[in-house]
Amino acid sequence: MKNLYEVRLSGSGGQGLITAGMIMGEAASVFDGKFAVQTQSYGPEARGGACKAELIISEKEVAYPKPVDADILLALSQQAYDQYKDDVKEDGVIIVDSSLVKYEKGKGVYPIPITQLAIDKVGLKVTANVVALGVISSLTGVVSYEALERALLSRIPPGTEEINKKALALGKTLEFKDNI
Amino acid sequence: MLFYKLYKDADGRKVGFVQGNEACVEAALLAGMRFFAGYPITPSSEIAAVSAEKLPMLGGRFIQMEDEISSMGAIIGGSMTGKKTMTATSGPGFSLKQENLGYAIINEVPCVIVNVQRGGPSTGLPTQIAQADVMQARWGTHGDHPIIAISPASVSQVVTSTIRAFNLAEKYRTPVILLMDETLGHMREKIVLPREDEIELIDRKQTEDTPEEFKPFATKHGDVPLFAPYGKGYRYNITGLIHDEAGFPTTKTDEVVSLLDRLHSKINDNLDDIVEVCEFQTEDADTLLVSFGSATRSCISAMEKGRAEGKKIGVLQLLTVWPFAEKQIVKLTEKIKNVFVVEMNMGQIIGEVSRCSHRDAVVTGINKYNGIYITPQEILEKVKESR
Amino acid sequence: MKSAIHDYLRPKKKFPHVWCPGCGHGIILASIVRAIEAAGKNRDEVVVVSGIGCSSRAPVYVDFSSIHSTHGRALTFATGVKVANPKLTVIVISGDGDGMAIGGNHFIHACRRNIDLTMIVFNNNIYGMTGGQASPTMPQGDYASTAPFGTLERPFDVCKLANASGANFVARGVVTSPIPLEKHIKKGIEKKGFSVIDVAETCPTIYNFFNKTGNPLKMMKDLKAKAIPVQKANTMTEEELKGKIVTGVFADRYYPDFTTSYDKIIMDSAKRSMKDEESI
Repeated sequence: MKNLYEVRLSGSGGQGLITAGMIMGEAASVFDGKFAVQTQSYGPEARGGACKAELIISEKEVAYPKPVDADILLALSQQAYDQYKDDVKEDGVIIVDSSLVKYEKGKGVYPIPITQLAIDKVGLKVTANVVALGVISSLTGVVSYEALERALLSRIPPGTEEINKKALALGKTLEFKDNI
Repeated sequence: MLFYKLYKDADGRKVGFVQGNEACVEAALLAGMRFFAGYPITPSSEIAAVSAEKLPMLGGRFIQMEDEISSMGAIIGGSMTGKKTMTATSGPGFSLKQENLGYAIINEVPCVIVNVQRGGPSTGLPTQIAQADVMQARWGTHGDHPIIAISPASVSQVVTSTIRAFNLAEKYRTPVILLMDETLGHMREKIVLPREDEIELIDRKQTEDTPEEFKPFATKHGDVPLFAPYGKGYRYNITGLIHDEAGFPTTKTDEVVSLLDRLHSKINDNLDDIVEVCEFQTEDADTLLVSFGSATRSCISAMEKGRAEGKKIGVLQLLTVWPFAEKQIVKLTEKIKNVFVVEMNMGQIIGEVSRCSHRDAVVTGINKYNGIYITPQEILEKVKESR
Repeated sequence: MKSAIHDYLRPKKKFPHVWCPGCGHGIILASIVRAIEAAGKNRDEVVVVSGIGCSSRAPVYVDFSSIHSTHGRALTFATGVKVANPKLTVIVISGDGDGMAIGGNHFIHACRRNIDLTMIVFNNNIYGMTGGQASPTMPQGDYASTAPFGTLERPFDVCKLANASGANFVARGVVTSPIPLEKHIKKGIEKKGFSVIDVAETCPTIYNFFNKTGNPLKMMKDLKAKAIPVQKANTMTEEELKGKIVTGVFADRYYPDFTTSYDKIIMDSAKRSMKDEESI
């Protein structure tokens, strides 16, 4: 466990990355008692443009709020992967949606067909962001699963609790390997 | 529709992971805001949306006006009924509000104007950060006038600054500008809202005169006149014209001067109460980074990195941007001669810092204005370069 | 004889007023005061709001809470007063330049919003205070300092604009007939929702200077001759109506007004706010 994690969740507008960032930040700060700051950037498009949510999760108060080189990069689109894959720390991890992105294999690069799994195993494509959160939690421990689940349930539309829990649990129980 | 949720902690305080814009409304409601008028503009729109959702829960009222000018007019009208009022905007809208802002100043109408700054001039960079409205906050409306502007750097500071903005507005009967920026407005951090019993709230002092005795701009109680809300039997006039103590237009030279002098002295004679700064490790510093708003955070990180390399850097955050922290700059530059002013504009507040600095101090600007948040590395490099 | 207007003049106000001899503003102001009294309003609960211009000085002279606001913005300040305290009766006084040009956008939106204000337009078709520029209600071809060859632009019809934009009550009076004018204003005050009373009047100083319309009395007589009640106008052809001023009530509706509708939101929201936050 590190004292400070710089996290970059990237992809396209509409993939729920900012929601994922909000859930992760709330889980870490409100429920896990850490310091967290979440920033975002997106184009003028409501759907489809490049989009990223960034977090710093730390044991100490965070001054400069933007990640430089990430400890954790989630890439849910080719454009995002190409743009951010080099801004990752040496001991950092890249979680790449192998159902959508062509990637270079390497140490710390975890290919997981996140979107495809969301479709096949959860039955709802838009839960890919939640599956990814489960993966991040179990791979890095940056946020606890219990905190994530609580923050998740408070941020989603009523009536979608079960499917979201299912998606998060799927992300947690997946087995993954790097350098493949 | 709200995109955040508040929880209660063990001490009964509300806690949440919220945006700067959302925190601004939560704090404004705590401070007693009961009327908001606004117009959509990026990156401030969440402030209007959250106000629309939350105000009626407290019996307050929200209105989306037809433009920026009318929003400013409406919060002045609302404040005259005794309500605490607020509007929020960004650069282009702030430009449009300036005439009525002057009206609020000359008629001593308490209200809060939030400017979530974005890149300019004109439409500029609507979704990106800048701190280039500092001088507009000071001098945007025409004529000689004082102004109070507060610039928080974190979502927690948005909470304290918003409450303070309302308190200062009420105490000194003046509009107060809350100068935020795009990154802060959209950034999420944990806030812990103070419980009601933990906040000191200030309400404008009400007159005890009878309606017959009452003069809306009387100076008999000091520089801040006592207030009477419209609708309570005090039938008086306010006007954007220079006016006498009774609120009627005047061109008598002594009355003109006395109004303008008093508008200034009520602020300038209370700088110790109004001006608030935060100092970080200035005690042993030989290099001072002066900043405000979001850029302060990069300065603090630069300070930490610099100190790890043995550089004695300190940081001064101008939490109150206006009136300017003249006394604090004078004092700090008596011992620290290497001064950098870090701002995300082409160099605005640096003029004030230079004006107030010790004559032996070397004041250098570190500026960034490409729409991207200034980094600690960039600040450190500039500091090293100019050595 | 002491009339209502004397009772409502500001006791300590430094008269004289700014209006020229022969100006109709005083007649309209007196009609407003009588209408407020006739409507039975408590003067402590009346706020009169104006913008900038000759007519906008009116609130300064009468004994109500008053806001002499910025140019064109009377409706915005008035909206703030009304929304923040819906119990108040809010009267807006505006000129044709103030209300229809620089304040034109606020005007159509106040109509659309149907907010419970009563707006009286002192319509003399010219900017008087600034020295005689063409206003948005000036008849096409008339002269002004900024229209030395005659205005090219067609005028707004204040009542048609208000009617089409959704105001609940729309009427036009003439300064030469103060009794119907007072009735229109009273009706406007009593009406929930946005009311507009357009008042045709004259500017014997500035309008006459540019258009040689004659002395104040002649201008008043000419104005009176131009006024045609709407019932009669309905029987006339477009040709016959040229140069005439149609008076009377053009709209009298009962759409819900803004603040009453908002009160329902407050009632519903109070229930939602009862929920307590869950513990961490």
